[in-house]
Amino acid sequence: MTDLTVTEAAAGATALKRRRPAARTRRRHRGLNGRSLAVLVFLTMCALFFCVPLYVVLTTSLKTMEEIRQGQIFALPDTWTLEAWRFAWNEACSGITCEGLKVGFWNSVRILVPSLILSISLAMVTGYALALWEVKWAGTFLFLLFLCAFVPLQIIMFPLIAITRSMGVYGTILGVAVVHAVMSMPVLTLIFRNYYKDIPAEIMNAAIMDSGSFWRIFGEIILPMSGNILIVVLILQITNVWNDYLIGVTFGGYNTQPMTVNLANMVTVSTGTASYNVDMAAALLTAIPPLVVYFLVGKFFVAGITAGAIKG
Amino acid sequence: MPSVHFEHIVKAYGAVTVLDDLNLSVDDGDFLVLLGPSGCGKTTLLNMLAGLTDVTDGRIMIGERDVTDLDPKDRGLAMVFQSYALYPTKTVRGNLKFGLSAAKLPREEVRRRVEWAAQVLQIEPLMDRRPSQLSGGQRQRVAIGRALVKHADVLLFDEPLSNLDAKLRTEMRLEIKRLHDELNPTVVYVTHDQIEAMTMATKIAVMNGGVIQQFGTPDEIYETPANLFVASFIGAPAMNLKAARVTKRDGRVAGVFDGGQTIALDDYRFRATPEEGRPIVVGMRPEHFAPPGAPLDAAAATLDLPLQHTERTGSDATGYLKFDDGLLALRVEPGHAARLRAGETVRVGFPRGKANLFDAASGERL
Repeated sequence: MTDLTVTEAAAGATALKRRRPAARTRRRHRGLNGRSLAVLVFLTMCALFFCVPLYVVLTTSLKTMEEIRQGQIFALPDTWTLEAWRFAWNEACSGITCEGLKVGFWNSVRILVPSLILSISLAMVTGYALALWEVKWAGTFLFLLFLCAFVPLQIIMFPLIAITRSMGVYGTILGVAVVHAVMSMPVLTLIFRNYYKDIPAEIMNAAIMDSGSFWRIFGEIILPMSGNILIVVLILQITNVWNDYLIGVTFGGYNTQPMTVNLANMVTVSTGTASYNVDMAAALLTAIPPLVVYFLVGKFFVAGITAGAIKG
Repeated sequence: MPSVHFEHIVKAYGAVTVLDDLNLSVDDGDFLVLLGPSGCGKTTLLNMLAGLTDVTDGRIMIGERDVTDLDPKDRGLAMVFQSYALYPTKTVRGNLKFGLSAAKLPREEVRRRVEWAAQVLQIEPLMDRRPSQLSGGQRQRVAIGRALVKHADVLLFDEPLSNLDAKLRTEMRLEIKRLHDELNPTVVYVTHDQIEAMTMATKIAVMNGGVIQQFGTPDEIYETPANLFVASFIGAPAMNLKAARVTKRDGRVAGVFDGGQTIALDDYRFRATPEEGRPIVVGMRPEHFAPPGAPLDAAAATLDLPLQHTERTGSDATGYLKFDDGLLALRVEPGHAARLRAGETVRVGFPRGKANLFDAASGERL
């Protein structure tokens, strides 16, 4: 949008320079024209595409089953109730256990934290070494990483299961966390490497002349400069791990499955009536944590970018 | 304070040899300026001394120590970078301290040195600011401070003033000179700015194309340039270099310019007497010309040339005269310059014993 208006204003300005300069200011403030109207319509459609289903999910989760059976999915609830939410969190059955989504939630948290620490710390140091130190075969290594980033999990799933089993972590929380960390390592390493590559060589040279210690330079100079990229990677990785289903369902054992798997088991009941309100509430509960992270950390993210922390 | 020696240095990037068998020695306490245009290898040479670039062949000695394969931090050097290279997330104090605490100095010693450097460079009020809150000149002071606190025997400067504006550059030039006089470290300073070289150096090495063209004191470099490159590189406005041929009249050597004017050269100390008719280049410094209208009795050459234009640079003025196809620059008193009119023919004289002569083919000094 901004780009469009800027180019347009510039084009208008050059065209009008030959005519009356007085008309220029008026032209710039002109309201809607065909092009921006089209853009607006398109964006509205996009927004509706996401908002309408969300609206239905939200209202349904606040209705009673009575109301849902009447089949008016766009209607607001007559009686607003959080009963479905409470039930989804505390009592809903996943398989034969009926302890609600909270089990899956805490499993997800216990998977998320170690996998974040493991993947980010490893990727950060590897990226730092590849970008700022002379590493033998760095080019080859980067190329391999690049290839790895495109290998789908499905291809290496069976060997990975065998490996994790022989390591004795198959079916445990740690196992799921490690697989997550391993799978995200290539992309994260590339991200960190590219970020560190932009650190001026002279800063690195100064640090090498001052200290020369790999870890000291990392801890005192490079790590404090990594705030922005850390937040980007954090958002990326939290969303990635939290929303994952495949790794969770494959590597998670009984009672160590993440929230997404828990949710899927809850929703796909084969007996009894489907409680749509509970399903919707459960789906929303599962989706909320990454959203919260977005809203909390996203602000810092934008602030970090605009502040231009590398200056100087 | 140690001396620094480059011995038979070779630097090659793959098949491209940047420096080939380069030798250079700096005495202790000397202020050596490596001067040359971009890409002449001066920064490569400095980085090799600092240990930031590998040496392909040859040896670098600091004092009696062979440092060729030592880690940068073990060489006893400190360096000031062109972009200051301050650590952006550390305060000024943190920037000064980092190298010292990394060297595991006692806390009290670190504090003492940081305070000393802050006082020497007058940056005490800035100690708790971050680099982004400093002006260019202040950042440069901090960068110098970071080098000083290490009490290194050899200080390296990599074009430290090129990011500053003209006024600050003059200030910092004096400041660096003062620091050198007070602390007397051995300094290796890289720049492409001849004024910095002329004002600060005790020794200048003029480099071009990876080869040291001339090594000497600023006076030697200025008064007796070793070849055409040095002659044209040093001096602003540049030395007038005019093609001529050697003639002999009554046994006296003279030069005949392509335009027919002559210049007496019998006061010139030739290394070998040149044969008649040899093509040479005559170099004449703009400030050596006798001012227009001054007595010309003892002049080596007297030229009547039309004035193209004059240029005023504050304390000085330069007149440009049409000479053959090109221009001849000469220094004029600013007061006098105002009275000169373009197109007017001016009579100027060039004194004896001041010309620089070069072989036209090889460019070497005769």
